[in-house]
Amino acid sequence: MKYALFLGCQIPARLQSYEVSARKVLSEALDIDLIDIKEFNCCGYPIKNFDYKAFILASARNLALAEEKNLNILTLCQCCYGSLKKAEHLMKEDRAIKEWVNQILDKEGLAYNGKIKARHFLSVLHHDVGLDAIAKKITRPFKGLKIATHYGCHALRPSEVVEFDDPVNPSIFDELVEATGAKSVSWPMQLECCGAPVSGVNDELAMDLAEKKIKNAKQADADYLCTACPYCQMQFDTVQNNIYTLRGGNPLLPSIIYPQLLGLSMGMDAAALGIGENWIPITPITQFLS
Amino acid sequence: MFFSNSFYIALIIFAAGTVYKIFTWFRFRVGPESEGITTFTRIFSAVKGIIKTLASRKLFTVIKVFLLDGVFQFRILRESFSRWLMHIFIFVGFMLLLLMHALGESVTSNLFPGYYATLNPFWFLRDLFGAMVIIGIIMAIYRRFIRKHTDFTSHFQDIYTIIIITVILVSGILLSGIKITSHAIYQDMADEYMDFATDEELNALESYWVKNFGVVPPHAVEILDPIILDTGKELHDMSCAECHSRPQSAPLSYGMSRLVSPIATILDRLPITTILWYIHYLACLIGLAYLPFSKMFHIFTGPLSLMANAVMDEKSDPANIATRQALELDACTHCGVCTQNCSMRTVFETIPNLNIFPSEKINAIKSLASGKALDDVKFRALQEGVFLCTNCRRCTVVCPVGINLQDMWFNVREKLIAQGPPEFYTLSPLSFYRALMRVPLAGEKSSQPTQHAMDAIAEMFPFKKESEKPVLLTPSAGEGIGDDQRDIEGKELSTDAQTFAYCFGCETCTTVCPVVANYENAEQILGLLPHQIMHCLALGMRDATLGTPMLWNCLTCYQCQEQCPQGVRVTDVFYELKNLAIQKKMKKSLQTKERS
Repeated sequence: MKYALFLGCQIPARLQSYEVSARKVLSEALDIDLIDIKEFNCCGYPIKNFDYKAFILASARNLALAEEKNLNILTLCQCCYGSLKKAEHLMKEDRAIKEWVNQILDKEGLAYNGKIKARHFLSVLHHDVGLDAIAKKITRPFKGLKIATHYGCHALRPSEVVEFDDPVNPSIFDELVEATGAKSVSWPMQLECCGAPVSGVNDELAMDLAEKKIKNAKQADADYLCTACPYCQMQFDTVQNNIYTLRGGNPLLPSIIYPQLLGLSMGMDAAALGIGENWIPITPITQFLS
Repeated sequence: MFFSNSFYIALIIFAAGTVYKIFTWFRFRVGPESEGITTFTRIFSAVKGIIKTLASRKLFTVIKVFLLDGVFQFRILRESFSRWLMHIFIFVGFMLLLLMHALGESVTSNLFPGYYATLNPFWFLRDLFGAMVIIGIIMAIYRRFIRKHTDFTSHFQDIYTIIIITVILVSGILLSGIKITSHAIYQDMADEYMDFATDEELNALESYWVKNFGVVPPHAVEILDPIILDTGKELHDMSCAECHSRPQSAPLSYGMSRLVSPIATILDRLPITTILWYIHYLACLIGLAYLPFSKMFHIFTGPLSLMANAVMDEKSDPANIATRQALELDACTHCGVCTQNCSMRTVFETIPNLNIFPSEKINAIKSLASGKALDDVKFRALQEGVFLCTNCRRCTVVCPVGINLQDMWFNVREKLIAQGPPEFYTLSPLSFYRALMRVPLAGEKSSQPTQHAMDAIAEMFPFKKESEKPVLLTPSAGEGIGDDQRDIEGKELSTDAQTFAYCFGCETCTTVCPVVANYENAEQILGLLPHQIMHCLALGMRDATLGTPMLWNCLTCYQCQEQCPQGVRVTDVFYELKNLAIQKKMKKSLQTKERS
């Protein structure tokens, strides 16, 4: 299996542990070829609010670069995923936009014609690799660890565009977490937004939403939150840290990114997975390993 | 006299320029953090920092970085082999020419007592180094002027640098080539060293030199008779060979001599070698005197920036960070690697602001840091450009001189959005990085720029300020909600957004909205709620929705859209309204250039 790895802007700059751990589980343990395309640009997600066309162009260029190599894109970020999916969708549905985009891309000898697709890390693990293949690699399953999975809005919705999982009752993330031996707890606010999209625009609102979710997961008796998106992860780690610095109190629940959880249960070294890089420490999670 | 005097004048200008430039590193301010730190403190901190670094283990880091990235330029190699080759050819070739040729008398002859410019291996080496620079220059010209990219601009400094090196090299090679062909110069040497010889012997030597040393005589010379040539060779071996290798060993000069040989006798009658010598020498002096003010200054500032960044981080002394950033402005060579790797560069297609490109905005920042006030338009352009950045760090990672560009953008951005007119792009996830930096940004103050932008947009909202006043459904000119309706291009909503028409008012969107749920007095804070926005659109009151704070507090979590029983793409409608609102405000803000 071979994919073009799309890291986006946040991961290389601020969440290198996500890249490192994802590469380790995908390439080392699960024999997936990850091809780096240096020319990739921003997916356009942050500019959607003020220039939708520029957003589509940005995403479509990435799709075109992958199509040039005939590879599906594997992205680790749910906002990148949602953006690439929307572009993929519009390039199929809207002829005017497609013509405009491809005319600009043509200057670089590129074009996107819908031959390849954008995939999210979790879907690739669940559908392409499969739970059985993952289970075979688990050497040190977790025991008694309770995880609150956070799906992330832009992977789930709008469902007719992103085609990720059942938008009302999703299960792939929970199944992937349970494959590591941890228990995925059920929590009412699981599918709510983490607040990251308005972080920086309305910090109070963003912190309110994050705080509510974190409390809710805590009430459901989770030991850790688990994410598969850099925005959500930073919201639950950096911003949670900001919340208790600015509003007082103590951090309630640390958050781990999924490839770290998976990597640990595959017997990988915690430091090599970047376990020590969080604001709110997750190092004690190794105590749950069998 | 002229030569040594002009040399000293150039040297003095160079030294004074360098001192001035170094002084500016301690004076210029890039970001708001540098405010309030005096020049004196900065000099003091720098000296302290340097001593501390040199006396610690960091010294090895400094040396390593100097060698790997400064001398061998691995950072360029990592980016592109051809670019590295180009630069290393120019750099190594020029440095060696400087040491062996320009400083031949003071450096080379001390190291190699047998040094003579026209003797091998020195003659060959001079041409080899010259050829390296020439190849590098050709690659640079090709890259800059022939294989052009839209995002690759050339400024005065770029063109000057290419021109000055080209002039030095070409005049040198021309001079050297013409000297080979010059019979007059041959004659001068013969007069000086062969005053004992008979006319016959002199003719023989002339034949030998015409045949083998490329001299072009103004009269017929016998070059076929082996006996004459043998005599000539004997004389040559006796008197000339000590200082003269055969010119064929200097391929550039010899090639040039063959090229000019048809006109060599004409040139020989003109003072062409003197003129070329002046050009060559003066070009070198101009290069030297102007160096501190040109981008060639990077031969000093580049390694300095690399070394400083290798041992500094965000926890370093703020005074030293301020100094480093001022130094970095001088280290930029406008090479464009940052721009080629910029995550946001596709945005230029729809927002044609050159300041999106890192290599361009650093230029505007240079004037800003020197204390010059930018005019309104330039200020706005820089403010916008510096905000159109995802903080992905790519520019910083690839910069061949190691400039911490991301920190520079951050500093300048904070300064510009705090001072300038509202920056509407703050109302987007581009602000996420600011949220992460909220604690270092000192809490409450950090939200001012976004609030500023949100307030400016809220001016368009007819319901908020005077809620008692009825809103006209059929707007008349200059009043009500439709006064600017024709302002916005592409005012037709897309097919996705036109789904608002299916709304039957069930309010599911508002019920499931986590933002609405977050407030007890949602309408006061958010203005129109999602279902009300749909309702306004149905009434044809699109512009009335543009100022509602709901749009800017929307999480784009798509709950409303997913759960709408009628298939209204609520979130997509919001996106389109946000686009329209910002377009409309930008139009106004550019018209009036409002500032506060």
